[in-house]
Amino acid sequence: MADASLGLWTVPLAVFGGAIRVSTPFLFVSLGECITERSGRINLGLEGTLVMGAMSAYGISYLSGSPWLGVLAAGMTGALFGALHAGICSLPRVNDIAVGIALMLLGTGLAFFLGKPLIEPTAARLPAIDFGWWSDIPQLRAALRINVLFLIGVAIAPLLYWAFRTTRWGLLIRTAGESADAARAMGHSVLLIRLRATMIGGFLAGIGGSFLSLFYPGSWNEGLSSGQGITAVALVIFARWDPMLCLWASLAFGGAAALGPALQSVGITSGYHLFNAAPYILTLAIMIITCSPKRTLTGAPAELSITR
Amino acid sequence: MTTEAAESVEAAGVAPAADPGFLQRYGASIEYILIPGAALVGALAVFGGFIALYGKNPLDLYFYMYYGAFGTWFSWQNTLTRAAPLILTALCTALPAQLGMVIIGGEGALLIGALSATSAALALQGAAPIVVQIAMVIAGMIGGGLWITLSGGLRQYRGVNETISSLLLVYIALAILNHLVEGPMRDPASLNKPSTREIGAANMIGTIPGTDVHWGLVFGLVAAIAAYILIYHTTFGFAARVAGGNIRAAKIVGLSVGKLIMTVCFLAGSSAGLAGMIEVAAVQGRTNANLAAGYGFTGILVAFLARQNPLAIIPVAILLGGISASGGLLQRRLGLPDASVLVLQGIIFVFVLASDALYGRIGFLKGKS
Repeated sequence: MADASLGLWTVPLAVFGGAIRVSTPFLFVSLGECITERSGRINLGLEGTLVMGAMSAYGISYLSGSPWLGVLAAGMTGALFGALHAGICSLPRVNDIAVGIALMLLGTGLAFFLGKPLIEPTAARLPAIDFGWWSDIPQLRAALRINVLFLIGVAIAPLLYWAFRTTRWGLLIRTAGESADAARAMGHSVLLIRLRATMIGGFLAGIGGSFLSLFYPGSWNEGLSSGQGITAVALVIFARWDPMLCLWASLAFGGAAALGPALQSVGITSGYHLFNAAPYILTLAIMIITCSPKRTLTGAPAELSITR
Repeated sequence: MTTEAAESVEAAGVAPAADPGFLQRYGASIEYILIPGAALVGALAVFGGFIALYGKNPLDLYFYMYYGAFGTWFSWQNTLTRAAPLILTALCTALPAQLGMVIIGGEGALLIGALSATSAALALQGAAPIVVQIAMVIAGMIGGGLWITLSGGLRQYRGVNETISSLLLVYIALAILNHLVEGPMRDPASLNKPSTREIGAANMIGTIPGTDVHWGLVFGLVAAIAAYILIYHTTFGFAARVAGGNIRAAKIVGLSVGKLIMTVCFLAGSSAGLAGMIEVAAVQGRTNANLAAGYGFTGILVAFLARQNPLAIIPVAILLGGISASGGLLQRRLGLPDASVLVLQGIIFVFVLASDALYGRIGFLKGKS
């Protein structure tokens, strides 16, 4: 009934709701990666961290009954993977991109291994806040059921923006990313700064994973993340390492990713898989438009191997 | 001083084993075997510990892994069958690596190669099998080749990072494959598992006589040897390695880096595309989602473990083919999840990368000058 009255408006509404729901993992991973990359390292392993986070959050939530403990566990797992990445990368002549690929494989493998018994049971899920109580339209109410993690993510973005600009901590990270020599000359250990930055990045990416298993789609299975982690890493590049732009880009991506299911809900099923690939195509398109072979990207940390 | 030097030269002449130059000359080669070998042993030890924590006996694990991979003629054949696509997808990472590029999209090229090969076979129904097979090889190689050339071109002409673009292209390739097998190319008879129509039993490439190993293994071996010759014994390969070592030097001596990148990426993609063609023409007989079995991703590991050397890829691919062949046995006998192979691969990868730090640092291999 409501379907009929809304007609094709269901699609933009579902895309809007999807933008909020689907964007959260993108948001957390990209903010995390933003911190790591600002310190001069790239962690491609966040795809694995995301899946590990999703699995551990689901497991802990199932065992303890508290989804928030699950979120915390996901963050800790992510930080652990971040520490592993930073630890290996601090060895001489080890390539951070390759280590990222390795941890992507290890993280996914480990999550599938340990998560095998978790496919059946149902864990306690994260609650949502109902912002749509004033409306009678069920679709609008569904779109406005917003998870707390999303709000936290939205709050972290400006906080990070401010921290990079004005705090000593932000300055240290940026110094390590722009010139390791300068940071060393100031008497700081670049490896230590990067270790912390990668661990915080992993922590956030793990939380992004917990959103996947504990809120939307809200269960644990092996197809939970298909490239959201890597898309988020690419997103940081065209967000020019700016946390606020990461926020807007994540929302755009969430919307793109919600397009397929939204169209399916109004009966347009042909090309479903192609619409599902929309975020990847969008990432690629934006990278093609914004990158240039002639100059390094504005805002790129000078120490980053991906831009050299 | 002079007499001492003369004496040592004489001693070296008398006893070649004590030749002080031996380690200097071969130290580097020994390192290339010893260090990845040690990394492998370390990874196996850690994985054993992990399995012990899981409540299984690591010794059983090692036994079943060996048995399932190389213990019987049957397991050898299983191993070699899996090694064939791994050799080809590893080349997809190893060839661009000569130019200093990190391409991890072999899985995408494999899928596109499989789709192209299947399309060619379906378009040529009724033609002589040999014609169909040749058309499949060509279509698979061109399809996969163009797919990776896309990443190479984006890197060269738009400055887009090739690692990320090639991985994004994997997901796009998978979406295209799913779209086609569930839509335009779907065989209406395939109900549970949407697939294309079958290419026909006559067009399958069959097995090497006397074995159950399909001809894909020979394709892989030939491709690896050809890649080795191309890189180490031709001017083209030399130019590629120069460009990989120092891009400015390459430009100064007048090498066309863009052309090198595009050609190498095409060759890399076409070998992964060939893997896709083989999986269709020797195993599946049609295209469906089964093709995304992760050969492309394991190929990345093979390439890194082989230190991007096409010849070394062959034994490494057999080794990792063996590990994945033993996965079924580990599942049945030890009750381990099928993801254990992925975990082991991940651990090996981490160890191999960390072991990069050891090169040139092992005291006794340096030799005394």
